[in-house]
Amino acid sequence: MLCQECQQNPATVHITKIVNGKKTEMHLCETCARKKEELDFSFEPQFALQNLFGSLLHDGLPKAGEKISLSRIQCPNCGLTFAQFRQIGRLGCSECFSAFGDRLPLLLRRIHGSSSHVGKIPGRTGSEVKFKRELAGLKEQLKIEVERENFEEAARLRDQIKAMEGQLEGGGQVG
Amino acid sequence: MAKKGELLHGYWIEGTGPEEEVVVSVRVRIARNLVKLPFPYLATDEQTTKIQNIIAGAAAKQGSAFKDFSFMPMEGLDGVQKQILVEKHMVSPYLARNSHNGALFLRNDGAVSIMINEEDHLRIQSILPGLQLEEAWQEANRYDDLLEGKIDFAFDERFGYLTACPTNVGTGLRASVMLHLPALILTKQISRLLTALSQVGLAVRGLYGEGTEVIGNLVQISNQVTLGQPESEILRNLEGITRQVISQEQSARQTLLNGSREKLADRAGRAYGLLNHARVMSSHEAMQLLSDFRLGYDLGLIKGYDRRLLNELLVLIRPACLQFLAGRELSPEERDRERPAQIKKRFDEYRQSAEKENK
Ligand SMILES: [Zn+2]
Ligand SMILES: [Zn+2]
Repeated sequence: MLCQECQQNPATVHITKIVNGKKTEMHLCETCARKKEELDFSFEPQFALQNLFGSLLHDGLPKAGEKISLSRIQCPNCGLTFAQFRQIGRLGCSECFSAFGDRLPLLLRRIHGSSSHVGKIPGRTGSEVKFKRELAGLKEQLKIEVERENFEEAARLRDQIKAMEGQLEGGGQVG
Repeated sequence: MAKKGELLHGYWIEGTGPEEEVVVSVRVRIARNLVKLPFPYLATDEQTTKIQNIIAGAAAKQGSAFKDFSFMPMEGLDGVQKQILVEKHMVSPYLARNSHNGALFLRNDGAVSIMINEEDHLRIQSILPGLQLEEAWQEANRYDDLLEGKIDFAFDERFGYLTACPTNVGTGLRASVMLHLPALILTKQISRLLTALSQVGLAVRGLYGEGTEVIGNLVQISNQVTLGQPESEILRNLEGITRQVISQEQSARQTLLNGSREKLADRAGRAYGLLNHARVMSSHEAMQLLSDFRLGYDLGLIKGYDRRLLNELLVLIRPACLQFLAGRELSPEERDRERPAQIKKRFDEYRQSAEKENK
């Protein structure tokens, strides 16, 4: 077997990566493996993004009747088009996330199995998000209490939810 | 960095941690970006300068919290200096090689690196010895909070922290564990285990030589999912699975020790002999010998050394470290001659200082 990189020397070093149960192999000669050496021991896992985007190719295509071309879906802030994003696998700026609209959740679900964040919220700027997350938690709790027929507790929660929703609509200081 | 004595300095190299017989180190990194400014690969020179100034400015405003950090613009370092930081895992290859106006805040103990203009505007990482995932997260998280106190990070209610690559969106958290698994590899249980790990959503990386041998017996596992799970759950999953791998490795070591103690002692002794007396050594051979030596040490078959020496040797055999020690650029062939010479030198220094302490 010849080295994948230089196509000249015999491949003596075989690098195997297993990502999501999918095995990818690299076959290199000693010289090319040396060049890659630092990367191989580095901590950053390399993901087979191309594969993910490959399958997105079909999902991202305009649906019947949708006449816009992918190169015309563009982020107004950084200028990256959706077609470019698909090619390079990188977004251009924070505003790309809203510019590419409903195409992103699909991709994110494919990668992560989810498209909603449930982790850390920034302390200083995230108080409204925290407030909303708390509200959503109370609504969940309300459902449970109603199912359990704990009506007293349910009533208390309903009042609390109402008050919080009022606060949110009023645009007042939250959190 | 300029002084030779500091070459092998680093908290994960020198320190100790739980489960260190199997876990070499853990690393946690979080990705953050500024609002609206293009991600570094798309940004203009002016914009990357601005990004650097905003982040450096935020650190300056936090005053004493960053007093034990050194600020290093990548442009101020030569190729070897940058590569040494990569070899010590304190800088990513991307920051060292591809970044425009890249910069590093390195905590003086080497445990925390804050990278500016990496793939994202900001990458905060902590690397610690042994299985200390929670501790590494706390370290990184602390600096995230400090910087967030002064900078608006790109955050979306639905998607969480926004990153250049969709594989980092959400928590922006990547946690990795570097494992030394010689017994699982010797007893050929490794490939089944690695396949199982990758099926539970972890990424597994190892460097393979001829056949199925993992070079240096080092395997790295890390989380893949960054969205839809809170940080605590991501870390707990990785830690739980790591503990299972550790216990399998430990029981494989016991089996080996019961059945082939003499063979293992012979293997470690031969590794010691070659490490101290060989004249030409490739990095792959050195990795394998260091693994044999480490296993002998961990099983109590080799005495009189310590883990710090083992970790130092793991770093010292890398190309940039060798060139730094030699004081000049070396071709791959020259490195293969320099490598055993430097290993022997380090062993000699170690023995001399041990003798001194005994007197
Ligand atoms: Zn080659
Ligand atoms: Zn954009």
